[in-house]
Amino acid sequence: MMLGYIGRRAYHSVISVIGLLTLVFFLTRLTGDPSALYLPLDSSLEARQAFARLNGLDQPIYVQFFQYLHNLLSLDFGQSLRQNRSAIEVALEAFPATLKLAVVAMTLSIALAIVVGALAAARPGSLFDRIAGLVSLAGASTPDFWIAIVGILVFAVGLGVLPTSGTGSGLHWIMPIFVLMLRPFGLLVQVVRGTMISALASPFIKTAHAKGMKRRKIIFGHALRNSLLPVITVAGDLATGLINGAVVVETIFGWPGIGKLMIDSIIQRDFAVVQSTILVTAIAIFIVNIAIDLLYAVLDPRIRY
Amino acid sequence: MTASDKPILRIDGLTVDFLSEGDPVRAVDNVSFDVCPGETLVILGESGSGKSVSTGTVMGLIDCPPGDIVSGTLVFDGTDLSRLDNEGRRELNGRRIAMIFQDPLAYLNPVYTVGRQIAEVFESHGAGEGGAMRGRVVRLLERVGIPEAETRVDYYPHQFSGGQRQRVMIAMAIALEPDILIADEPTTALDVSVQAQILDLLRDLQRETGMALIMITHDLEVAAAMADRIIVMNAGKVVESGRAEDVFTNPRHSYTRRLMSAVPHGDPKKRSRPVEQEVLLQVADLSKHYKLGSGPFAPKREFKAVDDVSFTLRRGETVGIVGESGSGKSSIARMLLRLNEPTSGSALFAGEDIFKLEGRALNGFRRKVQMVFQDPFGSMNPRMNVRSIISEPWAIHRDILPRQRWNERVVELLELVGLKPEHAERYPHQFSGGQRQRIAIARALASEPELIVCDEAVSALDVSIQMQVIELLADLRQRLGLSYIFITHDLPIVRQFADRILVMQRGKIVEEGETEALFVSPRHEYTRALLNAVPQPKWLQRDPTPLAG
Repeated sequence: MMLGYIGRRAYHSVISVIGLLTLVFFLTRLTGDPSALYLPLDSSLEARQAFARLNGLDQPIYVQFFQYLHNLLSLDFGQSLRQNRSAIEVALEAFPATLKLAVVAMTLSIALAIVVGALAAARPGSLFDRIAGLVSLAGASTPDFWIAIVGILVFAVGLGVLPTSGTGSGLHWIMPIFVLMLRPFGLLVQVVRGTMISALASPFIKTAHAKGMKRRKIIFGHALRNSLLPVITVAGDLATGLINGAVVVETIFGWPGIGKLMIDSIIQRDFAVVQSTILVTAIAIFIVNIAIDLLYAVLDPRIRY
Repeated sequence: MTASDKPILRIDGLTVDFLSEGDPVRAVDNVSFDVCPGETLVILGESGSGKSVSTGTVMGLIDCPPGDIVSGTLVFDGTDLSRLDNEGRRELNGRRIAMIFQDPLAYLNPVYTVGRQIAEVFESHGAGEGGAMRGRVVRLLERVGIPEAETRVDYYPHQFSGGQRQRVMIAMAIALEPDILIADEPTTALDVSVQAQILDLLRDLQRETGMALIMITHDLEVAAAMADRIIVMNAGKVVESGRAEDVFTNPRHSYTRRLMSAVPHGDPKKRSRPVEQEVLLQVADLSKHYKLGSGPFAPKREFKAVDDVSFTLRRGETVGIVGESGSGKSSIARMLLRLNEPTSGSALFAGEDIFKLEGRALNGFRRKVQMVFQDPFGSMNPRMNVRSIISEPWAIHRDILPRQRWNERVVELLELVGLKPEHAERYPHQFSGGQRQRIAIARALASEPELIVCDEAVSALDVSIQMQVIELLADLRQRLGLSYIFITHDLPIVRQFADRILVMQRGKIVEEGETEALFVSPRHEYTRALLNAVPQPKWLQRDPTPLAG
């Protein structure tokens, strides 16, 4: 039953991924001719034509497209013009850096948001609730690039306690993670708080009180479990955002992830790499969505696929 | 059963306010009662009478704020409950005082197995941890009559029937053999035959453990069947209290007397009208089958919600369709209104087959047949005021009434159903349940129908209100020459109102007959079971024999 469900979802996803790749194929080619970037400004017409022929760019665009699809079937994703090796290899190499960042940022924001949101919901209107509301609203609405730049200015340039960019030590993680967490944390606190308040008003919470259960167990055992469905829906959405949208943060902090690779490849008209990064992120997002659906069934026994 | 004379719980002068916007509302006003071990005290009252609030304070389940205990003492076994801190209260709840509620589906956590939820009672009071409790939980489930308890202990609440869920709730409540069990409308959401079983179970458990039982109900029959003593509440006050038999046979307060007389006892005067010979509706071989999910290894199965049902309705006649939940009675209504398509069969309305109507003809038919639903609040758009709700049919069927006459007609209809002209500007949430049902009836009348289908139209209302609405329907029938199909699970209600009754069970009509004949000499076993399911008063019971379900 479950395998059948995953199979159906995969089948539908293949269709949308092919559509996406088609769109990307034509859009990237609208950005201009790569030979203008890859050859010296004063290179001859012959040299340009030779470059185009070598990379198959002299063919009509539909021929190039069918060639691309044909190659896809044999899992050939094209060559990177820039690095002169398999484009998919380049994309897959950059992906783990993004994934690590996204996983750490999401795990921390979900865990923190659940605790903060649940405690805020336990006593609506309390001081803690009001502070949590303020902080989460600020987190959800502050532009990440601004926080990133100000962060670099204060902690790297001013105080000199954190590195400005790059990877290497644990310290390099702090600012990117913090900036990436802001929005998910802010939004999730508000979602958790809202769903928790309605869960705490449910009749079965009364039953739990009538049973003589401890308040902490009622909040984190009974109410939380029932309020998690909307939370993971939003969290999944935010997670896919992090996977493909860490572009800004990766660029500012020079983080060698897939977002930065994508931007670099677009600027350099490295078509095959652009297409490969998009394929990789699309598959990652598909996996996240399936995981969320399966998580639904785990959390709520009434849901069966 | 031997009831001790020393009260285990004594409530004295309890007064509770609720702070809503503006002035505090007094929900409970100077209420006093007590209950002894082994005794059953019934708190009888209609919705909003404060009966649930008074017992809620015993369990500490009233949120403060908005609730506020203004004065009064609640002494349980020597302890003043109103002075307990949260921890002290927690230790009593579930161990010495337990509670079951009206709607077990909502009151059980949907995401945990019933076994786990029962085991939590033991864990919360240090009587043992999770896995080790499994044996005890299974024995509890067996005790309350859950079949195959060994397997079912790992099921989730939605995998049980309504009656079984209430049994699970009871198992949870009696896990630690409490001194007091508070049952808040425990059988209201259940079919009558299941109701009798649950009441029997509660009585048996009380006999075994000697616990005191406080039962809250609006149902006079349930009250009579269970009570040793009874208190009657109205508008937050206790209006009458005493031994059950005395209160029932010789009510002193006028409210109690009114309540008692609201019970339908089959006064046939409301039925004596000539019924025309013209057949309005002729239903033949009507069936509705649902295909059940079939996997690659499971054979295809069908659920016959309605199975070969035939009946006729003459103009001006009222047919009652009676059956328990799942008997297919609502499916019939939905098909006759073309809300669902039938699997097979025909229904001739004034000579035309309803199921073949399309387009304009279908629209014309919809005008002539209207429906009144069980839940008037759910069937009205909360953002529309009464004027828009009632005039909406005229916006759909343009030819009924020119727009300039709409307001005038809304006022006429409101007066016809016993409401006031100024009610037109209000919204559904500003009315009581009975008033909302009147609005629903006014809306149904707006399109000048010939037939009104009432699907459990009075089931959600208090008994005294039920009779008012039925009287209204009877009066309209007289004045407007309407025909009714009146669907209900409650046999006594239709006795006063229906000309003929169809009894349904599992999609089939098992008995059909003139109302009085059916009540006096029911032929089918199931009809007899339904009639006998109305519980006997406790003071007349010799040896309670459970109804086979």
